[in-house]
Order: sequence, then structure tokens, then C-alpha cells
Amino acid sequence: MKTIMLGNEAVARGLYEAGCRVASSYPGTPSTEVTEELARFDEIKCEWAPNEKVACEVAFGAAVRGARSVCAMKHVGLNVAADPVFTASYCGINAGMVIVVADDPGMHSSQNEQDSRNHAKASKIMMLEPADSDECLRFAKLAFTLSERFDTPVFLRLTTRVAHSRSLVETGERVDNGLKEYVKEPTKYVMAPANAIVKHPVVEQRLLDQRAYAETEALDAGLNKVEYFDKSIGVIASGICYDYAREALGERASYCKLGVDFPLADNLLKEFCAACGTVYVLEELDDFVEEHCKALGLDVIGKDKFPRCGEYSQGMIREIVLGEKAQVLTAAVDVPPRPPALCAGCPHRGLFYALKKLKLTVIGDIGCYTLGASRPLATIDTVLCMGASVSGLHGRNVADPENANRCVAVIGDSTFMHSGITGLVDIAYNASNSVTIILDNSITGMTGHQNNPTNGKNIKGDPALAVDLEALCHAVGIEHVAVVDPYDIAQCESAVRDALALHAPAVIISRRPCALLKTVKHAPPLRVDRDACRSCKMCMQIGCPAIHMRDGRAEIDATQCLGCKICQQVCKFGAIVE
Amino acid sequence: MNKSIMIVGVGGQGTLLASRILGNVLLAEGYDVKLSEVHGMSQRGGSVVTYVKYGDKVWSPIVGKGEADLLLAFEQLEAARYLSYLKPEGKIVVNTQRIDPMSVLAGDGAYPDGVLEALEAAGAAVQRVDALPLAVEAGSPKAVNVVLIGAMAKNTDIDKEKWLAAVRACVPPKFAELNERAFMLGYEKGE
Repeated sequence: MKTIMLGNEAVARGLYEAGCRVASSYPGTPSTEVTEELARFDEIKCEWAPNEKVACEVAFGAAVRGARSVCAMKHVGLNVAADPVFTASYCGINAGMVIVVADDPGMHSSQNEQDSRNHAKASKIMMLEPADSDECLRFAKLAFTLSERFDTPVFLRLTTRVAHSRSLVETGERVDNGLKEYVKEPTKYVMAPANAIVKHPVVEQRLLDQRAYAETEALDAGLNKVEYFDKSIGVIASGICYDYAREALGERASYCKLGVDFPLADNLLKEFCAACGTVYVLEELDDFVEEHCKALGLDVIGKDKFPRCGEYSQGMIREIVLGEKAQVLTAAVDVPPRPPALCAGCPHRGLFYALKKLKLTVIGDIGCYTLGASRPLATIDTVLCMGASVSGLHGRNVADPENANRCVAVIGDSTFMHSGITGLVDIAYNASNSVTIILDNSITGMTGHQNNPTNGKNIKGDPALAVDLEALCHAVGIEHVAVVDPYDIAQCESAVRDALALHAPAVIISRRPCALLKTVKHAPPLRVDRDACRSCKMCMQIGCPAIHMRDGRAEIDATQCLGCKICQQVCKFGAIVE
Repeated sequence: MNKSIMIVGVGGQGTLLASRILGNVLLAEGYDVKLSEVHGMSQRGGSVVTYVKYGDKVWSPIVGKGEADLLLAFEQLEAARYLSYLKPEGKIVVNTQRIDPMSVLAGDGAYPDGVLEALEAAGAAVQRVDALPLAVEAGSPKAVNVVLIGAMAKNTDIDKEKWLAAVRACVPPKFAELNERAFMLGYEKGE
């Protein structure tokens, strides 16, 4: 049956049809919907894990036991999972294992623009890359087949435009071959030096075999594809860049489309370059294919003409290859930027405002609350990666202990579970006078409301154990643990003051569920008493999208206001009323 | 001949539902369809874009500069932000609602006056829809997205009943009636 599917949904469908039995992931845009969709299938045991390393190890454990398994993550998640990935490459698998990794060229929702193809090369693991939803489904199925055939995990690489585009797919039936037998085989599964030394040459041979596959059978399987039209221009591309090129150049060029990103099909590339005139390698981010072509002695054009940063488009290709520039309209109007902002009613706002008032240095982390770095709150000083707030604060305080009472870390509940706990252990163990604030909004927010180990629900929304954050902090050795309501600015302020005055490791849990959760009841919207308003704009300092100035006075948009009363607490004239 | 539509707005305005309805209709019409949307961070009150492309065979899921036949803007400023994506002979259907971006609220910029006039002066065909009161009339200010889909639908050759069927297919049953009303109020304003 033909139906329209999101790329991520099609990946999930393909994995399901191929008999996937176990899935474990940590959410991360643009990969999240793969796992959310897998969770809809009763035949698949699907879970959120605390982080990508755990997820990958769960999938590996299941694959070794004999269940086709998957873990899905965003590009930076693969850094977290890299440890098990690199050695799973040596062990190989039993039943198939697929690692879905979604890159984010253009950084729509990411802190860097790294290219996961480098991970495939470094870990010596085969990588497939689809261009649309139909290929997402087909390549996901092929990934399991190739995983078992070559005894290796297989990467399925997506980019944002493939993961988050909808196009037509043809669905099929699920084939489940059951749980494969597990045979104890220490030389394969115990990667102690003696065994790993034997395995490394096996991995090298596997790459040669996969290269031969990419040059021959991958063409029959529809993974790699060569299409000759006008041969004066040749295009080598994979994934979304192939679609951009086809739209831009049509039959004015010939195409070598690579569904296998790694290992690359040397002979295919050589033959294609020999048959075509000017050959372009069109690839977003790094010069992964171009560098390989040049090492083969092939004369190709890539990053000399095309950028390494950001996304490509058909327009860019038309302009650079054909010299055709689009005609555009321009209006004589200055358009101010519209960056994302903390939502109206967001519980993070009150706490951030308290931190701003106290003029503290704030070591931030990854999540919705990263938006606390934007004006007007502009509270956050640094954001690096998942968990880096807690450990980064400790490092700062080790370097400058005299000012430890001027600095705090902020980290969300899900991010704390992901990789904040180890940083807190470090703080306790090394007796660091560091204050960590856990922003517990009972959900993984930014990626679109996924449950996590702290909120008492599993991936399907069924009741699950909830990690007791207070007990956990106590257990790692933090004596001072306070809980505050972030809708109460004064309470936040005094709790932070008290914790910083202790000169000891401390944790504050700022606890209130995300205002967008369906289970959260809201108070009636507030309004501004125009006669009482003195136009001081104090309420504008909290950065609430529901408040704006109209005709010289503050005004509250009743359709957006959730009645959190943070603005009421900052108004010195009592002008904000119910 | 392929057609390109861009839906632009502010995160939270329901542009994703609008694109789902559109995708549903185009699929039912037998077209090859590709839609591209952005999830995650930019949804939080930021500027959001959805691309819709259809025809016999669609390759790229995105719309580039100078390529959109129709720009459906849920907010004035967003229409101006993406004007360069419109074909010079293309059309803008724009909600006259103004939503101040955080940069304006934070005092780092001003919301410009005369946005729609500037779009017309640039040579664009502009159809204005005051969608918020129509959505309220239909039963909820949140139905702005479906009002605008209605106004846009009038620009296509696709039968009204097919649009209504797609609206029903894309919203929860208990909101079907409200959304049908919202669609019709927009449709009647369409040109």
C-alpha cells in the first residue's frame, strides 16, 4: 500500500518489517521519531535509555542474544555511543544490529555540524544513506540483511531533510525469523587483547568484502546507482544531495548515487569519472567522498566550489554548476530576527530570572533551558554538550575556588540522567564547593516530550519506576539537597543564596512540570491594569512571549498567557492582575 | 509541472497541521508529494517553515529562493522574511496578525510598519486574511491554521469537499466540526 511517511517513520517501518525485536534509544532531534514510531509496534520491545551509550549497549546485547535490534540517535549522540560502537565492530553481532544516526547540517537543532560518516570510517562499520522516505524503508531492511551477512553492526545515516521530510512509501508485511540461537564463543565476544588482536584483521578483511559488495551487488540491491544522461557533467552524491542535484540538473548531467557511504565503491567511482566530463562531488559537511576520490587519483570538483558549512539546495547547485541564478523579489523592510524563546508559562523562567538578579555565572547544558542564554534573560555563560554543566562547573571552581560562590550549573532532569550524574559524583568525591541546579520539568522537553527515568512513565506512557532525584543526590554524597518551585522567584533566590553560602557541594531541584504537558492545569490568564502600569518595562525583562508593549503600556496576550504569575512578581506597581 | 508551496509562521501556530492537511489532499489527488518540516528547537516561538511540493515526480523536498508558487504566511513579518522564496509571479496569502518576535520584545529591534504594503510594492500579489477573528468565530483562536488553509484552498483547482475530507482526516473527531467551520470561513474569504 502506498502512503505518505516522515523519513524517520519510514525507517521505523522498515526496521519493523525486517523483524526488529528490540529498540533502545535516547531522544535527539532529528532522530527522535524513529524510536517513537517503533514504540507503536507491539512486536518490538522498545525503550528509552538514559543515554546513547546505554542504548547502543542494550541493542548490542540483544543482537548477540539473537534478536534483531536497533538504536537511534542524533549525530552528537554517536559520540556518546562511540565506545561500544568501536568494539562492537570487532565482535560483530549474532542477529542483525542497526545504528541509526541523524546528522543535522545547518544545525536546526544542534550544537555542532559534525559529519557522522567519519565515525563510520573510524569505527570501520558499513554505513548506508537513504535519500527519501521510500529509501529509508528499503535501506533499513537491507541494513539488517547486510549486518548479518557481514557480521557487523550497520549504520543507517540520515540528515535532517531526509529524517523530517514526508514522501511516498510502499509498505510490506513483517517477517520475523524469531530469536536466533546464542552460542558461547569467547573469541568472538570477549574483547580482551588476545581475542581482539585476532579480530582486527577480520575487520579489515570485512571492509574489503564490503567494498566488493558496494561495487557489484549493491547496484542490484538499489543501494548504489549509476544513471547516464548527458555525460558532459557527472555528479557523485548520496542522500538528499542526490535529490537536490536531480532537481537542479535533470538530464543535463549523469549521476553516481551512493547508498553505501562506507566503504566507498572504488571501481564504481573510477568507471563513472572515466565516463563523464566534469565531475562534481556534491556532499554536505565534510569532503568525505571527495577526499576518497582524490586519493584514488580522480579529478573531481567539490569543496573548491561548494561550502563545507550549512545545507545545500537545488538553487545552490544550479547557480554553481550551471551559473543560473534565481530571480527574487525584495521588499524594502527590515525584518527583525525571530529566534526560538522559552514558552509562556515555562517553569525555567522564574529560576533564570532569580539567577539573573543574583548576577551569577551560570554553566548551562543541553535542552530547552539553553534558551535561557538568549536576551533578555541572557543568564547562561557556557553550553558545551550533554552533562557538561555539572563537570564544567567543578572544573571552573577548581581553577578559581575563591569565586565558587558566584557560579552555579543548570541541567535538566533528562540531561542529568543522561550524563550529569557522573559529574555530580565527581563534585562529591573531590569535595567541590559547587552548586548544581537540576531543572526538573518531568519530561525531556526540547525533543518533543519524551518520558525519562525520572518521571514515572516508560516510552509507551505506562507506569514505570521514577528515579528519586533527592535520594540519588544524597546517595552520591551530596548532603544539602533543596527543592524549590520555579514559579516563586523569591524562593528560588533565597535557596540559591543559601546553597552558595554553604561552601560545600549542594544541589537545588527546581521542580515544576513543563507547561506544555497536557496533564498540567493552567491558571486563568493575567491582564495589565493600564492605569496602574508605569511603562517601566520590568515585565519585559523576563522574556515572556505573552507580554508586549502596546501604545506605551504593557499588554498580555490572553491566548498565550498560562497564568504563571512570574510577571506579577516582578511588577513593582501591582499593575498585573487576575 | 511541479508546484511549490511554502507555509511559514511562528512556532506554536500549527503550521505542521496545515502541512499535514495539504499533504493529505495532494496525495488523494494522485500527485507525487514531498513535504519538509523542521522539528525541535526552532519550534519554540521561533520562525518556522514547511515546504510542500507536488507534481508528477518530485525530487527535492525543499523550496529554494525564487521557487514558491504560493507563500502561505501565518504572520506578516514571516511573509516578509521569506519573500525571496516566492516566484516573482507567485502569490502570498497572509494572515494580517502581528506577533512580536523576542528580538522586538527584548528591545533589540522594532516591528516594522507597512509590511504588507512593502510586499506589494516589491511586486508580489498579496491576499490578506484576518484569520484570528474568523478562528474565534469558528470556535477557537487555535483554528487560525485551518482558516488559512481554507483561504489558500480557494487558489487551487482542488474541490472543496476533498479539502474538507482532508481536514476531517487530520484532526481529532471531537474537533472536526469546529475545524470544518474554520476551513469554510477561510475558504469564503479566499480569492
